Amino acid sequence: MNLDHSAVLQEARVFNQTPIRPRQSRVLLAKILFLIYRGDNMSTNVATNLFFSITKLFQSKDMSLRQMVYLAIKELSTISEDVIMVTSSLMKDMQSKSEMTYRANAIRALCKIVDPSMLPGIERFIKAAMVEKSPSIASAALVSGLHLFGEAKDVVRRWGNEANEALNNKGLSQGPSFFGGAAGQSQVVSTSNIVQYHAIGLLYAIRQHDRMAVLKLVQTFSGQNKSSSWLGGSNATLRSSMAQVMLVRYAVRVMEGDPSLQGQLHALLEEWIRHRSDMVSLEAARAMCQLRDVTGKQLTSAVSALQVFLSSPRPTVRFAAIRTLSTLARTHAEAVQPCNVDMEGLITDANRSVATLAITTLLKTGNEASVDRLMKQMQGFMTEISDEFKTIVAEAVRSLCRKFPAKHSVFLAFLAGVLRDEGGFEFKRAAIEAIMDLAKHVPECKEAALAHLCEFIEDCEFSKLSVRVLHFLGEEGPHTARPTMYIRHIYNRVVLENAIVRAAAVSALAKFGASPSADPALQRSVRVLLRRCLDDREDEVRDRAAWALRITDDGDARDKYVRDDSTFALAVLERKLVEYCASPAASAARFNFEAVPRISRAQEEETRSRVRMETMDAVLTGSAVSTPAQHRLGARDTSEPSTPAAGGAAAAPVDVFEQQAQYASKLNAIPELAAFGAQPLVSSQKPAELTEAETEYVVRCIKHVYEGHIVFQFDITNTISEQVMEQVEVSMEPEEDVSDALQPVVVVPIPELRYDEPATAYVAYERTDPDTFPTATFACTMRFIVKECDPATGEPEEGDDGFEDEYSLEAADLGAGDFMQATYIPDSHTLWETLGQAGEAVETFALANFDSIEECVERVCELLGMCPLEGALKPTSKAAHQAVFTGKWMGATRTVARTRMTYQKGSGVTMELAVRSEDQGVSELVVSSIA
Amino acid sequence: MGQYFGKLFNQLVYGDKEVRILILGLDGAGKTTILYRMQIGDIVSTIPTIGFNVETVSYKNIKFQVWDLGGQTNIRPYWRCYYANTDAVIYVVDSCDRDRIGTSRDELSAMLNEEELRDAVLLVFANKQDMKGAMSSAEVSEALGLPRLKNRQWGIYKTSALKGEGLDEGLDWLVNAIKGT
Repeated sequence: MNLDHSAVLQEARVFNQTPIRPRQSRVLLAKILFLIYRGDNMSTNVATNLFFSITKLFQSKDMSLRQMVYLAIKELSTISEDVIMVTSSLMKDMQSKSEMTYRANAIRALCKIVDPSMLPGIERFIKAAMVEKSPSIASAALVSGLHLFGEAKDVVRRWGNEANEALNNKGLSQGPSFFGGAAGQSQVVSTSNIVQYHAIGLLYAIRQHDRMAVLKLVQTFSGQNKSSSWLGGSNATLRSSMAQVMLVRYAVRVMEGDPSLQGQLHALLEEWIRHRSDMVSLEAARAMCQLRDVTGKQLTSAVSALQVFLSSPRPTVRFAAIRTLSTLARTHAEAVQPCNVDMEGLITDANRSVATLAITTLLKTGNEASVDRLMKQMQGFMTEISDEFKTIVAEAVRSLCRKFPAKHSVFLAFLAGVLRDEGGFEFKRAAIEAIMDLAKHVPECKEAALAHLCEFIEDCEFSKLSVRVLHFLGEEGPHTARPTMYIRHIYNRVVLENAIVRAAAVSALAKFGASPSADPALQRSVRVLLRRCLDDREDEVRDRAAWALRITDDGDARDKYVRDDSTFALAVLERKLVEYCASPAASAARFNFEAVPRISRAQEEETRSRVRMETMDAVLTGSAVSTPAQHRLGARDTSEPSTPAAGGAAAAPVDVFEQQAQYASKLNAIPELAAFGAQPLVSSQKPAELTEAETEYVVRCIKHVYEGHIVFQFDITNTISEQVMEQVEVSMEPEEDVSDALQPVVVVPIPELRYDEPATAYVAYERTDPDTFPTATFACTMRFIVKECDPATGEPEEGDDGFEDEYSLEAADLGAGDFMQATYIPDSHTLWETLGQAGEAVETFALANFDSIEECVERVCELLGMCPLEGALKPTSKAAHQAVFTGKWMGATRTVARTRMTYQKGSGVTMELAVRSEDQGVSELVVSSIA
Repeated sequence: MGQYFGKLFNQLVYGDKEVRILILGLDGAGKTTILYRMQIGDIVSTIPTIGFNVETVSYKNIKFQVWDLGGQTNIRPYWRCYYANTDAVIYVVDSCDRDRIGTSRDELSAMLNEEELRDAVLLVFANKQDMKGAMSSAEVSEALGLPRLKNRQWGIYKTSALKGEGLDEGLDWLVNAIKGT
């Protein structure tokens, strides 16, 4: 349909004619709506004029015209100004003497134009409509309630009773009254019980932050409260499947919030999986599959239900089932295996989406023998599916490569094949990442994989991917048997490509030249090529070439820049550089690289792959990737008293350094503490919880060690909305006498602590003897003045002087591990040898209270406060394990710890701990931290 | 006979066309009450009109299309959106509200200066006569400056929308006035 925007608006004069021409106006309204739906931009002016013309149509009583008017008002409500002009007219239409059709539609339009300040005026009409017998009116009112909830929470919260009544109205929608108001009107009788669906949605929105209320809702409608409803005489049931689906979701949310309910709700999910409605059963099965820490046994019923759905005649059901299974296969491949036969049947499904998911799932669950066949089938329809699914296939192949390295040739051939086909950036990227993975983890196919990558960059339209491949060739190429082969491909890029790719190619060449395995002849030829790059017309390319030529000559520089296996924590580096550039005082001095923590490349790689897995999950489940930033935002959005753990814990390992930098800037804001040093030498990685979950106050302790001082940071949250706390401070009482080593110096209280606004108090100690590193346990008590306040405003009540109170916290420990900075030290093996036995301390411990090595090694890592090296925390055997840790004592003295543990049932873990460091005393202190 | 002519006359002049009337005035003057008094002959409970009400009213076989526009300060600016093609304006005044009669006069004269209302007949209802201390129609007329109006056919009637008094007289005048133009 091709409509001209301005022509349609010209026609709008029709609305102003008297008498009204209903038919003509209706057609015109349809055209206007079409323009809006098509996405045409309408200026505020035009829309407002249009809106006022449309209001004149209210004089016509033509019902079908009025319906179009409602629709037009709804659409214009966001573009036009002064839409409140129709408030009175809509309110008249929604009242009980109006016709049924008017009423529902008027409510829906009204909720779009009303502003929260007017809501109290119309509240009673909406409340009455919510409990109306007619489903269309009740639904309209309930849905409007949901829409308004965002803007006018306080008003809508008062509608809980009506929503509840609507939810419990029995079967009214099935039996319209023959004699009542509905008589003589053409009313569509709904049998879908949609009112319940809308009612439960609104009720949940109103009560979502009250866990007990939600739990009660779930219990009432799941029949768990049978005994009590027997007495009460009401037998609550959800007749709407969609409402039931919502109930499943709410149940899961309750379960996530309160682990103690898990058993009860598990049983519920099991019951729902057997529900007669497909929709409910699918939802319950999906919920079960997505539960955290779900066991294989718990999954059985969910998987078998999904298995049945796989052979459903309806494509949507098949799709829902296979999609759930596919997601489940990522974490519990073995649980999905029973469905393998059914899934094989779906490979030829007419619906391509179902087929793709079936294959990718099979790839995860299948065995080595079936891989060949599956890959062949997949190649058959790669051209028929969308890029999004192609990406999923590429990702699936990538994880498969790890699983069945022996099949590398099949995979490589497949990936190389799809790279030649047309495809978007995301898909190509997934494919080359898969090839790179193969090259990295399956040495046999490295050369073939690199050859495919070389071929790919010969004709690659995405500069970003070329750069990625060139970087990879630079990393891997020098260690192959014939590096010259890749150099030719790389140099071709220098000749043919744009500046970005040329620069990357130069860097790659440099790596060949600087490689330890490069023979003199190769080095010479690389230098010749680099010298040619000095003539490039782009600065960056020339700079890189010049730099590369410099470092190939200079052995030390080369070791430092090219052969280093550690890297900076990039987030911190970025932040420090920004600070450096922003402060004129700082830029006078040189940038201090020492202050930027280093992590190993392996760690960085691990972080990346974790992020990738999350993104991948997001693609599959359709949820947004939860980056820490978003998470924090999310925590702020919900008015729920956000437990600080939720914000902090999610930010986990990636941001450890970032976190510490944040601490430092907060500490430096307090003059007394800033005097201790520019930033703490060591800060605890994980805060210690000093309160139980769900208590009145949440307190977490973070320790910062300075050269001569120790600062205890207490993050305190007040979870009581009716009170404001003032002069909050933590008093610390050492349990044993440490006065010869530690002297309290500063106590920084929180002047005012409002509900749900975490703040920080500090206590600082001075270490009197620089060579003594005391360990102690401190009894902690929080002292404060409480004032009552109005929860709505948070303002303390007038004239309330408050009263003093105190609150006991759990004890805070100061251990040897707190003085250790967990830093990755490259090449720990060489360091171990150089440190020698002079600075060594060895001890053997019998740790009877551990039930597994895994548990033990985690605890040891925590106590030592050191950085675990690759594999340290992932024991491969249950009986014996070796782990290596590195760290810097007080951020300076390099220390390596090696442990050997054995586990025997009954006697627990026996561990030998050997620590070497640049200072014998330190080694002994580290060993002592375990005792 | 006269009635017969009247009917014939109406049909000749107006055909199916309705007479378009605006009811304007400050907030709380009683516009909505008057509208529904005219339409259903009874009193409805009203709340301040946010926007407008529009109803068709039959009086003496003439169909009036009556627009009752909200009188609150924030709504008054939108009155002008509804001026086009208006045959008559019924301007309602709260006769007890001496404080705001000046405001009422200003709004009235601003309205009458609009080009689109050049030919519209003006009927003023000095409403709320049932209340004590109400101004007489002469007082209201003087306060609004009606005698000084030029080129305008106008009339003023004492009314009580609550009791239903004076409305018919006013409407009779209006019917005649419109026929005359």
